[in-house]
Amino acid sequence: MVLKIIKNFFKRIFSDMFSKKGNISLGFYGPPNAGKTSLANRICNDWTGEELGTVSRVPHETRKVQFKEQVEIKYKDHTLMFKLVDTPGIATKIDYEDFLKFKIKKKDAQNRAKEATQGIIEAIKWLDDVDAVVIVIDSCENPYSQVNITIIGNLVARKIPVLVVANKIDSKKSDLKKVEAAFPEYDVVGISAKYGTNMEEFYESLFKLAKKAKK
Amino acid sequence: MTRTKDGLTIQFITYSQIKDLNSTARIKKLLEIILNNKVIILQGKLMPEEETRLIEDTLVLVGKVKGFKGIELAVISPNPNEQTIMNKIKYGIANALVGNTDSLTVIGPASVVKDMKKDPKKLEVMMKGR
Repeated sequence: MVLKIIKNFFKRIFSDMFSKKGNISLGFYGPPNAGKTSLANRICNDWTGEELGTVSRVPHETRKVQFKEQVEIKYKDHTLMFKLVDTPGIATKIDYEDFLKFKIKKKDAQNRAKEATQGIIEAIKWLDDVDAVVIVIDSCENPYSQVNITIIGNLVARKIPVLVVANKIDSKKSDLKKVEAAFPEYDVVGISAKYGTNMEEFYESLFKLAKKAKK
Repeated sequence: MTRTKDGLTIQFITYSQIKDLNSTARIKKLLEIILNNKVIILQGKLMPEEETRLIEDTLVLVGKVKGFKGIELAVISPNPNEQTIMNKIKYGIANALVGNTDSLTVIGPASVVKDMKKDPKKLEVMMKGR
């Protein structure tokens, strides 16, 4: 009985130590509607069976930083524990009138715009608290957007490792080569978070990214 | 560029005008100009931390300043991949001596600038119609 209690005690202590050491805080950053939450949901579904947040075609659906703790991901013979940090899309302008096009009432659109601005500020503040970052870019859009460059510039200045994900490769408009050309210094993985395309390559790159992380 | 009732106002700022300012003062200076509905063409570029600070400070003003919806921002710089090693060294020395002046930063209020489209070779600034 005593032996069992001591055994459980040490098991708990070492388990806690291991999980804290291996818990990599992984941020998802990028412009609005690039598919950050879709990718975070895909990962959560793959490894926990649960979703992290709601997705929508209306921009700025994610207006608060949302987390999923203790996401254990296995790749080949390795296992890593992640804390997923899904952030609101970074933008330099917010116009509530843009939301009216999606048949949102004026008052709700104004509230959405207000929450979106606060969410972006919160997302920027979180740059100091992540160990590694996945930049999610819509491969159908122009990758040279200043927002992408600003985020990456900040991560480089903070020495936080970066993986660039070109999402929506299932679309006919997708141009993966353009994204690769825009970020020649980074590992770029083309995926479709919606359909789960090429996730195996994503996980391989994620483990390479995790190796570079501080923890 | 900016289109106002009186026309289009672009303010050029040389790097020497912001060189000795700290980050807070730099951003304050830029935002004051933007809030006057002018488009800035800045010689050089802000540091990455200053760019995010500019975004943060800008968004704080959205909803508080009437008609202000944020900014459009783009930076064009020489492509380092197209430079020879000798040129990279020259740029490195020049930047160390006189600051990062080989880039151009264009910033404008979103109420005036509709969009900025950038690729490695050009930057297009689309203005809003009257």
